[in-house]
Amino acid sequence: MSLVAPELAATVLERALARGGELAELYAEARAGFSLSLDDGRVERPQAGRERGACVRVVRGDSTYYGYVDGHAEPDLLRVADSVAQAVRGEARRPAELSAAQLANGHPVELRPEEVEAARKAELLRSLDEKARSAAAEVAQVRVGYGETRREVEVFNSDGRAAADDRTRVRLSTQVVARRGDRVETGSDTRGGHAGFELLLDDPEDVAVEAARRALTALDAVDAPTGRLPVVVGNGFGGVLLHEAVGHGLEADAIQKGASVYAGRLGDELAPPFVTAFDDGSRSGDWGSDGIDDEGTPTRATTIIEDGRLTSYLYDLLCARKDGVESTGNGRRESFRHLPVPRMTNTFFAPGDATPDELIAGVERGLYAVSFGGGQVEPATGDFVFGVSEGYLIEGGKVTAPVRGATLVGNGVEALRLIDGIASDLDIATGYCGKGGQSVPAGVGQPHVRIRELTVGGTAA
Amino acid sequence: MSLEDAARRAVEAALGAGASDADAWAEESTSRRIRVYGGEVESLSDAGGRGVGVRAFAGGRSGYAYGTDMSDGGVEEVARSARAAAEVADEDEYAGLPDENGVSELDGLASPRFADWSTSRKVELALEVERTARGRRGVSQVENAVYSDSEGSVALANSRGFAASYSATQAWAYASAFAGEGADLMTGLGVDLARDPGALDAQAIGTEAADRALALVGARQPESRRCPVVLDAFVTASFVGFIGSMLSADAVQRGRSLFAGREGDEVAGPVLALADDATAAGGPSSAPFDGEGSATRHTPLIEGGRLLGFLYDARSARKDGRSTTANASRASYRSPPSVGASNLVLEPGDHDLAGLVARAGDGLLVTDVAGLHSGVNPVSGTFSVGASGRLIEGGELGAPVREITIASDLVSMLQAVQAVGSEPRWVPFGGSVRAAPVLIGAMSVSGS
Repeated sequence: MSLVAPELAATVLERALARGGELAELYAEARAGFSLSLDDGRVERPQAGRERGACVRVVRGDSTYYGYVDGHAEPDLLRVADSVAQAVRGEARRPAELSAAQLANGHPVELRPEEVEAARKAELLRSLDEKARSAAAEVAQVRVGYGETRREVEVFNSDGRAAADDRTRVRLSTQVVARRGDRVETGSDTRGGHAGFELLLDDPEDVAVEAARRALTALDAVDAPTGRLPVVVGNGFGGVLLHEAVGHGLEADAIQKGASVYAGRLGDELAPPFVTAFDDGSRSGDWGSDGIDDEGTPTRATTIIEDGRLTSYLYDLLCARKDGVESTGNGRRESFRHLPVPRMTNTFFAPGDATPDELIAGVERGLYAVSFGGGQVEPATGDFVFGVSEGYLIEGGKVTAPVRGATLVGNGVEALRLIDGIASDLDIATGYCGKGGQSVPAGVGQPHVRIRELTVGGTAA
Repeated sequence: MSLEDAARRAVEAALGAGASDADAWAEESTSRRIRVYGGEVESLSDAGGRGVGVRAFAGGRSGYAYGTDMSDGGVEEVARSARAAAEVADEDEYAGLPDENGVSELDGLASPRFADWSTSRKVELALEVERTARGRRGVSQVENAVYSDSEGSVALANSRGFAASYSATQAWAYASAFAGEGADLMTGLGVDLARDPGALDAQAIGTEAADRALALVGARQPESRRCPVVLDAFVTASFVGFIGSMLSADAVQRGRSLFAGREGDEVAGPVLALADDATAAGGPSSAPFDGEGSATRHTPLIEGGRLLGFLYDARSARKDGRSTTANASRASYRSPPSVGASNLVLEPGDHDLAGLVARAGDGLLVTDVAGLHSGVNPVSGTFSVGASGRLIEGGELGAPVREITIASDLVSMLQAVQAVGSEPRWVPFGGSVRAAPVLIGAMSVSGS
């Protein structure tokens, strides 16, 4: 694979640096995707897309100048390089020599999704629809979605970096609406990874079964309690709490602007000593994994919290240079139309020793938050709010009635400090993370985690 | 090749590949984005993009494909790929192009003054936004001050002989300011949008960002209560945007809307009137035709509190035996048309914000909500979202509050609307909404 010949890349970088700059970069991308959904019993919206484009950026001091264009044609790339250079005010610089782009260590893809017939994907959706509908007569509506993308990227920069990556992702999702009388509830589940179609060969119907179970369980839900309560957060998608309430605050751009409550806290004991957490974009086949980040830095495991102490922020090249450290491989971008910014990859708490049952048994009255509908955080303060999509009361050390409409409102720093138990059942789920108008696949995960006390905002008066 | 020609060629290619009908949406745009920080340019971009998306029908089956290669060969490949994709879809008796196409006469989508502004003047505008916000006493930081604009054209052609195009310009700027310190840092957003940079008020944006942050300094969690609530225009816009998505006939027909089966019902307080209007002057989503070539129009949705109807595209209209309301919306050439609001316009009322606060007596002014989209059950409409704002005491604004949740269901909330504010503005949240503050009779507010 070669999107842009190294000789052309070298010319582009040279022209981009015609009026100075410490770093010039050419990012080229070819993306192909296919998606299909089944809704209301019918397979619909088959959609195929193919895009090629490139972005040129020049960094001078604290300023970044960039431009992007559709396609990889030589005249277009040179025009963008010239246009970007026009904005810079300085002395021309020569970029380092370039070699051909080296393909990064990939993640295994056994069955290329684009080689699987579309009809087979439609059949897969039908089997999930059938499975969800057969769960109970109360299943009123089912939507199943399938998506595959292949992103081939090449990164060349004026420091001589020439790297390439070939990224394939597949994702299968199901949303179920269950109805009983006036009561209507929804449930969803997904399976996805940086992998091929093989990910969907073993029991894909489990995704439908789980979505249906969540919707049906919610039909029996009672109003959520309100007040300060102990909360046990479920594994897998429960990790969105760490992602939102801590992870975003560790992204170095927020730190350097003083826009994070974690600024200046490196080395501080923020959590009890049994708490360790990672961001790891190199985990084999996980949703948020890549071979390199979108600046050509190999992905890696970064320990963000070790034995309760804050150990690292998450860096892209620019923020790393400012702090005099190395990039942690977190410079990610949605596409060639966006600038790379520090972003999480797969972010998760390391497993502990407890079992989920032990964590629950220690709670007299509290909330078991299995999964969230999403959440939002203000990195400046760490304040967060999460909607609990599947939750239960804990009474007398046992999980009892399902609850609906619960939200968790709190603060990341406080929640970390109040963690009082971690189980061993680590699982990574598939999310999309939005920041600055860019959406990227992010793995969120954790084992079961217990927090001594959080504000639960419920629907009960 | 002009955009209209590219779209026409794509339609011909789809028919040539065996499609029974087809439409094609071609797009070309340039955009600029300037982010300043600490009095310097942090990033500056100059970008161009173009692409084409083709929807191909094979009887009642339809497929979609898009690509960035606008050469003859590239456009033909997209068309063939759309036709091939249609093979996998199930038959849909309601699918198909609109029975009629048309274009409404709209002026002012593209400002002739847009081109007058040099890049350095735009940089100066962004810097002025930042300077203004930073200059307010008590502001500790301005995290983002951004100027952004775009100038673009779209063309749509279909196999019934329709072909049309239009151009539009857009400029907007926003800033987020911080006030307070440490764990008590509060943020505020200021924003403005227009058809050209000359119509943006940099000082107003900076002042708004600063004032919204300063108003929350020292916020604490209040005690739980049930009380009158005033939503400011930003928060109202977020809710209205969500309600707009629930008024899509497609969501209704698929059993995914709380408004299903409620046409004609009183779903809101009698003071509330809401319309969709893609012809509204100044509306960011205004356009002469929708994503499948139906002439845009003004569609009343709620009047006197009564639900009058839903938003339709050609397919959902056919299914309900109605006419399209020209609400086939397209985010870009990368997605097929789907039912969506254009500009949602909330009819303004008589009271300014201070008047609504006075009328609330003792209650809460909400200036920010978090987690709206995760916190609302779209089918039942129950929600519970995080919020911050100010207490209202004796008809006046009181202490700032945070870490609160407000919970209700959307219809109960709408029915409890007692007054709509008199100062509407375009807000780019929840889509494109012309919103004013609203006073809600009573809501559950949960704090400590």
